[in-house]
Amino acid sequence: MKFTEEHEWLRPEDDEENVVTVGITDHAAEQLGDLVFVELPAEGRTVVKEDEVVVIESVKAASEILAPIDGEIVEVNSALEDNPGLVNEDPLGAGWFFKLRVEDMSALDEFMDEVAYKKFI
Amino acid sequence: MDRGGARTWHEAWLNGGAMTDLMTTPLTPLHEELGARMTEFAGYRMPVQYPMGVMREHVACRTGAGLFDVSHMGQVTIAHPDGPDAAARALEALVPQNVAGLKAGRQRYALLTTESGGILDDLMVARRDGDLFVVVNAANAQADIAHLRAGLPGCEVARVDRALVALQGPRAEAVLEAIAPGAAEMSFMDVRALPSDHGELWVSRSGYTGEDGFEISVAREHADGLARAMLDAEGVEPVGLGARDSLRLEAGLCLHGQDIDAGTSPVEANLVWSIQKIRRSDGDRAGGFPGAGRILREIADGPARLRVGLLPQGRAPMRAGVELFAGSRAVGRITSGGFGPSIERPLAMGYVDIDQADVGTTLEGDLRGRRLPVRVVALPFRAPTYRR
Repeated sequence: MKFTEEHEWLRPEDDEENVVTVGITDHAAEQLGDLVFVELPAEGRTVVKEDEVVVIESVKAASEILAPIDGEIVEVNSALEDNPGLVNEDPLGAGWFFKLRVEDMSALDEFMDEVAYKKFI
Repeated sequence: MDRGGARTWHEAWLNGGAMTDLMTTPLTPLHEELGARMTEFAGYRMPVQYPMGVMREHVACRTGAGLFDVSHMGQVTIAHPDGPDAAARALEALVPQNVAGLKAGRQRYALLTTESGGILDDLMVARRDGDLFVVVNAANAQADIAHLRAGLPGCEVARVDRALVALQGPRAEAVLEAIAPGAAEMSFMDVRALPSDHGELWVSRSGYTGEDGFEISVAREHADGLARAMLDAEGVEPVGLGARDSLRLEAGLCLHGQDIDAGTSPVEANLVWSIQKIRRSDGDRAGGFPGAGRILREIADGPARLRVGLLPQGRAPMRAGVELFAGSRAVGRITSGGFGPSIERPLAMGYVDIDQADVGTTLEGDLRGRRLPVRVVALPFRAPTYRR
């Protein structure tokens, strides 16, 4: 698993080549507080790094999740539409946002591993 | 693209770097001990939320009691050599409220108006035995005091250096009665000086949540002890600025600088209820306050736009800055919005053209480039539980 400075995690899927699952870290979820709304992107959308792809809202504030790398959205976690609190309950698991098909998996190399991320926060 | 006031969360929460040179309150160490996340607000270092989180703090206030540090607000006394009646009459030159008719031991909501009929600030005015005691918004305190001094030449206007806390919710009465006997006998908008182990408390039965509760002015050196005594009581939780905002929004209460300001009149702001008949046209003390011409004309003829309650019909919150449309016509803008933990849905307030202000009107809010339905509703979103 890799981590970005924007507090997102990226996990390459074992059973699907070139597919990466993206979510936010437990640190990020805790900082955000209770989420009340998640707006997910359309499946099939092609995104470029730093595109706004997800809108998340806590009681107090709206925030955007940016695409960490270029790719195509192949699946979104539609369970979040009914239960945005999943992000707070299980940010690294059931609270994932979307799966991205990427052309070049080496794009992940620039991100931090868990040890480096722990040091970063 | 209009993001509807959105900021990325790392901007909002993690760039707390500029937290130096901020003023503190006597309760700042307690907030930090309780694990609060602190933010800058009106020049003060204040708690946004405690480990419990905004949602649960909000609910705790509605089901038990919430303790708020509001020491950043401006506490001001207005005295006159001829006594409090003279001070009250003088203050009527600056506000459209009936201050002279306020009985000793009573408080009322008031507005400092501008010459053009806008709202310089909203405030609470208490008539005490010897003077008036006024609480103004933190961000406006210095300007308000200068305005009061300039407008009340015969009066002594002094800032009071005490801490201020609010205890709000259904448990508030029992908790405060145990600390300051006499609190339970007070009615909504009563003010009393009550003795306690924490010195004399200046108590008013009022607040900013829509709940029954109290606002309590306490000597700075006793603030920590008083706050701990309240937090030790069953059902009392500390509440930060995050839930303070969602609570006041559900109660339909305005935030100055956001829902009301120098560009909004009291009539547009739907605050005509706060202007007593005696100060309106044909009243015994009609007019005589800044902006009276426009304000009295708008009471008679109606305003061009009105502050209304708004319920987004979907799940997406609509926040300050979201533009409102009736068909292709822009008809208004949201001034406060978010999520109401007690009503369990998004809610907002804002200004709309008067012909779109009827309860039940459906408009569209422009949310990130999409038009989503939003309905005009009556305020408040949740009936208050004041002890009248």
